[in-house]
Amino acid sequence: MPKKLIKISILSFIIFIIVVFFLSLNKTTIYDTKGLVGQKISNIKLDHFSKNSIITEKDLNNNQYTLINFWASWCGPCRDENSILLKLNKEKNLKILGINFKDNKKNAQNFLIELGNPYDYLAVDSLGKQSINFGIYGIPESILIDKDLVIIKKFIGPISKNDYEYIQSIIGKR
Amino acid sequence: MKIKLIIFFIIFNLSIVNAENSSLDPNNIFKNLRCLICQGQSVADSNSEFAQTIKLVVKDQIKSGKSEREIYDFLIEKYGEWIVYKPPLNKVNFLLWLLPYLTFVIGGVIIFLLFKKRVNS
Repeated sequence: MPKKLIKISILSFIIFIIVVFFLSLNKTTIYDTKGLVGQKISNIKLDHFSKNSIITEKDLNNNQYTLINFWASWCGPCRDENSILLKLNKEKNLKILGINFKDNKKNAQNFLIELGNPYDYLAVDSLGKQSINFGIYGIPESILIDKDLVIIKKFIGPISKNDYEYIQSIIGKR
Repeated sequence: MKIKLIIFFIIFNLSIVNAENSSLDPNNIFKNLRCLICQGQSVADSNSEFAQTIKLVVKDQIKSGKSEREIYDFLIEKYGEWIVYKPPLNKVNFLLWLLPYLTFVIGGVIIFLLFKKRVNS
């Protein structure tokens, strides 16, 4: 009896290991931000880009939707998305908060003069510490939130034409 | 006298707890954090923009008196469990945590049964 039990135990253990490996190796391990959708953003305390003031949750609560965009003048893809952000800026239900990330102020100003300023609010994150509070790991990165500051979607990389259409479909619903 | 002794030990223990908190080594935390934009590197190993920012934030949180667990919880909330190499025990990964102990116990039972059989025969 114990011999049979041992055989069954060893066999089921081997089968279990194979199943675990099979399932795990088929699973993608590339980081994505799907898990963050539905989370509420809190503790927003951003230094204003030009004024001596702080942008907080209260400033964003009045907006139907807000697109938080992390950008820098040294970031090439940020140039590509600027024209789309300018188009989004014309949308009624949407406000855009730009957060200038680890940048030189003068270069950032020149960037906006050259390409246009799509932002309703402009903040600065000179050391990048605030980006962690938004779950950012590279720029450009954007977060679409509703008036309750709940994340609807995160956009990794520059906002594409498809992303533009997606945002339009979301903000046009209400 | 007894009361004085109890008070002394309470204060002594509190100071030990505080000393442990203030001597939290950021490098140990960096080693358990995954650099999300690197290939198989921890935050401690990486010099990327992301890793540098995480290091600054972790150091700030240690300074503000947060415990190691609180720092991990904050980063897990922002980036998901993927950011830590050693995820906390939950209903999704409980098997991963329990399996070594389970294997140890089952192995012990098997060895015991084999030993008992050999003694009997």
